[in-house]
Amino acid sequence: MPVTTIGGREVHIDDEGFLTEYDEWSEDLAKELAANIGIPELTEDHLRVIAFLRADYKEQGETATLRRVSAVGGIPTKTLFQLFPKKPARKMSYVSGLPKPAGCI
Amino acid sequence: MKRLVILGAGTAGTMVAAKLRPRLAASDWKITMIDQEPTHYYQPGFLFIPFGIYTPDDVVKPKADFIPSGVEYIEAEIDLIEAGENQVKLADGTVVEYDYLVIATGTSIRPDETPGLEGPEYGKTIHDFYTLPGAKALAEAIRFWEGGKLVLNIVEMPIKCPVAPLEFIFLADAYFQDKGLRDKVELTYVTPLDGAFTKPIAAKHLGNLLEDKGVNLEPDFYLERVDSDEKKLVSYDEREVEYDMLITIPLNMGADVIGRSGLGNEGNFVPVDSKNFLSKQFDNVFAVGDAADLPTSKAGSVAHFAVEVFTENFLRHIEGLPMLEEFDGHANCFIESGHGKGLLIDFNYDTEPLPGKYPLPGIGPFTLLRETEMNHWGKMMFKWTYWNMLLRGKPLPLPHEMLMAGKIDEEV
Repeated sequence: MPVTTIGGREVHIDDEGFLTEYDEWSEDLAKELAANIGIPELTEDHLRVIAFLRADYKEQGETATLRRVSAVGGIPTKTLFQLFPKKPARKMSYVSGLPKPAGCI
Repeated sequence: MKRLVILGAGTAGTMVAAKLRPRLAASDWKITMIDQEPTHYYQPGFLFIPFGIYTPDDVVKPKADFIPSGVEYIEAEIDLIEAGENQVKLADGTVVEYDYLVIATGTSIRPDETPGLEGPEYGKTIHDFYTLPGAKALAEAIRFWEGGKLVLNIVEMPIKCPVAPLEFIFLADAYFQDKGLRDKVELTYVTPLDGAFTKPIAAKHLGNLLEDKGVNLEPDFYLERVDSDEKKLVSYDEREVEYDMLITIPLNMGADVIGRSGLGNEGNFVPVDSKNFLSKQFDNVFAVGDAADLPTSKAGSVAHFAVEVFTENFLRHIEGLPMLEEFDGHANCFIESGHGKGLLIDFNYDTEPLPGKYPLPGIGPFTLLRETEMNHWGKMMFKWTYWNMLLRGKPLPLPHEMLMAGKIDEEV
């Protein structure tokens, strides 16, 4: 996997720029990642989504779907679209340092 | 006398019974299967019914034909699993006690979970092919269709057989070509994922397939509701896709009894250890097949490889020994691509589908990630294998763990 420097730190990413190492993520890094995709500031609401996603990934081994974030994390899908416009599933996993939701192929 | 109860006599449950009955002494173990449906469906065959390739007779047999001898079969609706008390309550009030429980209640489509999807238009302009009635209604509708906008929408992942929607689109393209109608049919693939092919290497090899076949792609589409009067899909971010015929892959959920019994996650899937299928809540409860919350595809092939791992682990677990075998998430799937050709993919939790040959390295006869006629024949022959080998618990000459031999581990 390629290595790149984000915010002065070396991290491993895949060819689409998603972090591949769970433990290389930090909140400071998340701010840089968010800025990369046009989210200028991470609000409390953003951080609540990110915290849920990271905890859930650790437990489940895969990134939560929007439905799961809504049903288990208590954050409505409409809100996710406001926080991470257009492509919430992709954007929230990118900022959280997790794999994007994917099919089997 | 100990008692093992298996809930569900579908693909996974039947294989569990077939594998375990010969391995558990009849003098020591009673095995009971419980299922409410008398019919066993060959579900991969549903895909072919709308196009007249299979008839309903190809995909149905009585469940009772596949209950191994020496296994008790109860046809009944399950009311509640009381795992704290090691018992299952049936709808008629009967209580079935167990020492060990295997949950294999599968997953089903839930059009009722999306506003506007289930209504008077269901079966008319809105169709599914994940049930036999759905596939039959769609066969009728397609036969007399004169063209228009055919839209296929996946509501949310995970779904049973994640490649089936793609296969449907490929087969539709070929079907309407053969009928001389292709120029009157607009095909659109609408998915919540960021593409039809989301894994880098598959995307590299197959990324142009939709374009080559003239199929429109609408990615990152999160369905909020269906307006069946205006015939359009409306997403959470207010995008709209119009259709004349909607093929829906509704939300998939585990059985309601799992939710009622407090054994499921938000989708009624049972949280288990992904390596050995033991419930995270109860040390004498396992979940196999689609009923489990495994981070891999919901598919019969996963259930097949999983049941082999499960069997060895179960036999150790009941002796108080540690479970040594670890399931790697292995799955393989034939993908019909139309005009007598097909693709094959082979992957697991950690390894995405790669090109190469399967099952014999360098020889095949099947080719991974490429359209070939042999792959198509593999898919067609699989029906026989399913009814005669898989469900009987007979060993297939395929190792349960995914092997890298024969695969080309290329860079994107």
